[in-house]
Parts: sequence; structure tokens; C-alpha cells
Amino acid sequence: MALLEASRIVAGYGETEILHGVSVTVDNGEIVTVIGPNGCGKSTLMKAIVGLVQVRTGTVIFRGEDISSLPPQQIVRRGLCYVPQSANVFPALSIRENLEMGAFVRDDDYGGRIDEMFELFPDLAVRPNRKAGSLSGGQRQMLAVARALMLDPVLLLLDEPSAGLSPAMTNLVLERISEINATGVAFLLVEQNAREALRLSDRGYVLSAGENRLDDAGHALLDNPEVARLYLGG
Amino acid sequence: MPTLKNTVARLSFKWTPGRITLAIVAAVLVAGLLPFVKMSLIVNGVFLGAIIALGAIGLTLIYGVLNFANIAHGDYMTMGAYVALFLLTGAFPAFGIEGEGLGPLTFGYPLLIALPLAAAVVAAGAVLLDVAIYRRLRQRGVNAVVIAMASLGVAIALRGLVQVIWSGETQHYPREFRQVFRLPLDVRIPPDSVFIAVVAVVLVVGVYLVLTRTKMGKAMRATADNPNLALVSGIDTQRVIRWNWIIGAGLAATAGVLLAVFQAQLLPIMGWRFLIPLFAAVILGGIGNPYGALVGAFVIGVTSEVSTQWINPSYKPAVAFAIMIVVLLMRPRGIFGDSG
Repeated sequence: MALLEASRIVAGYGETEILHGVSVTVDNGEIVTVIGPNGCGKSTLMKAIVGLVQVRTGTVIFRGEDISSLPPQQIVRRGLCYVPQSANVFPALSIRENLEMGAFVRDDDYGGRIDEMFELFPDLAVRPNRKAGSLSGGQRQMLAVARALMLDPVLLLLDEPSAGLSPAMTNLVLERISEINATGVAFLLVEQNAREALRLSDRGYVLSAGENRLDDAGHALLDNPEVARLYLGG
Repeated sequence: MPTLKNTVARLSFKWTPGRITLAIVAAVLVAGLLPFVKMSLIVNGVFLGAIIALGAIGLTLIYGVLNFANIAHGDYMTMGAYVALFLLTGAFPAFGIEGEGLGPLTFGYPLLIALPLAAAVVAAGAVLLDVAIYRRLRQRGVNAVVIAMASLGVAIALRGLVQVIWSGETQHYPREFRQVFRLPLDVRIPPDSVFIAVVAVVLVVGVYLVLTRTKMGKAMRATADNPNLALVSGIDTQRVIRWNWIIGAGLAATAGVLLAVFQAQLLPIMGWRFLIPLFAAVILGGIGNPYGALVGAFVIGVTSEVSTQWINPSYKPAVAFAIMIVVLLMRPRGIFGDSG
């Protein structure tokens, strides 16, 4: 049984329908990347899965349970966490407070988990009382991922984790994703740097105009001349 | 341990050239005017500022989390003052709770009981009003201006309710005559004002500790900062909103009781009249920033009180408004506007 099975999702904002029946699955421990041109509905798909955008028809099954109509607070409790593309930290809160907010639904002592995050992202440990709003783009992205990891998720959804980062920073972020994945966390990524993301992905999906276009193993998509021409910039 | 340096850093106030100039101009103005200003007006302004601060902090917190200007905030103050009046003149004497003026204070120990009770009643009322009105509007996704207009309706309704129950006449808490403290420089401090200042300091420190040390307080700041991220972090935003009302309306009710003590009278319009200084303090400090509201409250309190040396006291709200406009022309997002 797949860890996450989103089938024939229809969703959108107000009158506008963005997704016209998109299906995506993620298995335990996998990294899956969704690519596609701007406006194809990648971000909307993520928001529909985590409950920020209402799923009109279709189902989202996570660990065997239908979560399609649950509010976001209920979904994160089940081990599915999400990092939005932008505005993904609390700028007025300190680094440590951001991590505490990530653990909001935990009632146990999560101090150890914060220390683990500081080990994983040493940059954040330098001045944990620094406001998140004063961090650089790369550090902010690290903090956003760390915040989402506070609940020990089984599946982490990342929307454009490398947006606005330098190539060196992008590589660093993707490297961290591989390391975290090695500890058993599955990933569903939306990524502009499709080539780099597909390289570390088990599988990938190509979306176009709110519909599934292609899906295949990550390296197979990379080798596909049509995908290369249309979506990877030659 | 939080040191002064840490606290200053948290406000993230940086001395940019513009701010240094502004501070120098302000300092010169203040120093130049000081010999001509009655010290007692400044002291009075500080006490008034303390009351404004309690109202303004609640108003700015509510704005931060719910993103609308609660025009009924002044009337929550009025409600607090009148609920305490009911307790002091109606409910308590029936149970034999009556007391003479405590030491130098004009009121007895019953006020110390009535104050938290009135705050609790108004806080509960604010939560109910949210469920009955504001939550429904939020769920329909209406514009913040519409919600602010609904709160204008609540303000008028509350004032009407006060007039129906307690009449429009001037009233006052049971009080006894007491001597004022006489200090050098012809400063006279009514002992009640010292009580007001102590309550305000305790509550402001309390709110600061709640916002920075407790999980719910941090969640309130997080929700104000980034509501969508708060949702996907699993923060129960309904609970955050509830606590926000409890703290904001509780502080407003307390401010109302203190204002009734300070002015030695209650009028149904007392809170409504206070709305302009409240908003001026909030906007001055940068909307949504509780520390800014605190500073803004003292600026408004002192300057509008000092202005009465030259200007008719009935123009106090106009002075508050003028200060606000001048500051906004120089710093459109308020004194602390660009910090969190």
C-alpha cells in the first residue's frame, strides 16, 4: 500500500479550477518530484494534499486513511508536514521559537528534537535567539525544513525548496534532503531546478495545465528527450 | 536569563541616521519646552498613558491575529467599568461585601475583587461575540473592512445597552475623600493613580511574559506573523483567537475600570471617547506590535496631557490625532513598524 495516494484531485480557488483530476502516489521512504511549467498546478496540488485548499472531488489517502476533508491541523498530527514555497518561517519569532511552533501539537518534551535539528543544520545553532526574519535565504530555507521536521513526519512536502537560492545553496539543501531521506522520511517535492531534483528522486511526475502528463522513474524522466526539451530547458 | 541587551535586541531597534535625527529633534523639543511645562501634567500624562497602554495592547493584539480594527474596543472598556459599578453598588453590598477606602485610596477592597471579575465577564462576552458575529463573518471570507464595520455596530449596541441598564447619567464608584500626595515641583499625585500605575505595570509585564514564555503566547505571535504557516504547523488557530479575545478584552475592561477610577466618574461614552487615543497609540507603535503600542501609549498620554497647558482640554483627542499624523508622515509604518 502506498504511503500517500492522491487520486483524481480536482481543486482550485473560487471560480477557477486549477487541478482537473491529478493523481500522485508516494511510497514509504521515496523521494518523488513533481515538475511542470509555471501555473500547471504544482503548488495547488501540495496545498490540496495538506488541506489548505479544498479538495472538490477525488481522494487523498494517507497511511490508509482518507484525509481529503480534514483541516491542516489534523493532517500534520498524522505525520504529513509541509513547507510552503514562500513565507515559510515566522519572521518575528526567534529560530528556537520557530522550531517550538513546529512542535506545537506535541505534548511530550521535544527539547531533544530541537537539539537534533541544530545538529542537522549547524547554521541555526549559532544564535538560536536570532529572529528568523533576519536570516539569509538559505538559512531561512533550512529553518523552514527544520520546523516541519519537528513532528517527526513520515512524509514531508516541500514546495520549491531551492527558490531564490544560489546554486551552491541549492545543492546544499538538496543534499540535506537526501540525508533526511536516508533516515526514512519520504519526500514529495515541487522543484524549479528539475534536473537536480530528479537526479535524487526515485520517481517523478510531469504536470501540465492541471493534468498528469507523464510519470516515470527519476532517471528515466531525465533521459527522456521530450521531457528534456519541454521541461528541463534542453 | 533575559538581559536588558536581549530585550533591546528583540525590539530590533537600529539607530539609523534618520532615527538619530528624529530623536535629537524630539529631545531638543522636549528639553526646550520642559521649563514651561507643569511637571504635574507630565506625571498625569504618564498615568493616562498607562491606561491607554492597557487598551492599546489588546487592540493591537486583536489586529495582529484577526487583522481587523476592533472599533468596539473602547466600548469593551466602558462595559468593564459598568460591570464593576454593578458589582460595587448592586451585587457586593447584597452579600455584605463593602469596605472603606483602603489607606490613602478612595476605594475599598471590593474594587480589588470587582476588577478581575469585570475583566472576566467582559472577556467571556468578547469570546461569545466572536462566536456569534466575527467568526461567522470570517468563515464567509468577508473583507476586513466589513468586519470592522460589524464591530462599529457592536460598539453602538454595547453603548446603547449601557444606557438602557445604567442610564446616561454620570455615575461613580463608592468613594471617599482622600488627600493627594504632594511632591516637589508642585506635583500632586492622587494615591489612586499610583494604584493604576501598579496594576498597569503588573499587567504589561504579565502580557510580555505570556507572549514570550508560554506556548499559547508564542502561538499567538506566530499566528499574527504568518497565519497560513500557523495552520500547517498544527497550531489550533481557533484556540489562539479565543485567547486573543480573552487577553485583549480583559485588558480593555481593566483599563475601563482604571479610567473610571482615574476620572472619578463613569459615562456611557467614556470608552468611545478613548478610541482615538487608543488607535493613535497603536498606529504610532506600528500596527500589530504590542511593544510599539506600549511606547505609543505613553507618547500619546504625556503629549495630550501636556497640551492642556496651552490648549483647551476638550481638544486632547485632536492632539493625539495630530501627533499620529506627524509621526506617520515621517515613518509611515509607525515608530517600530519595520520590526516584528
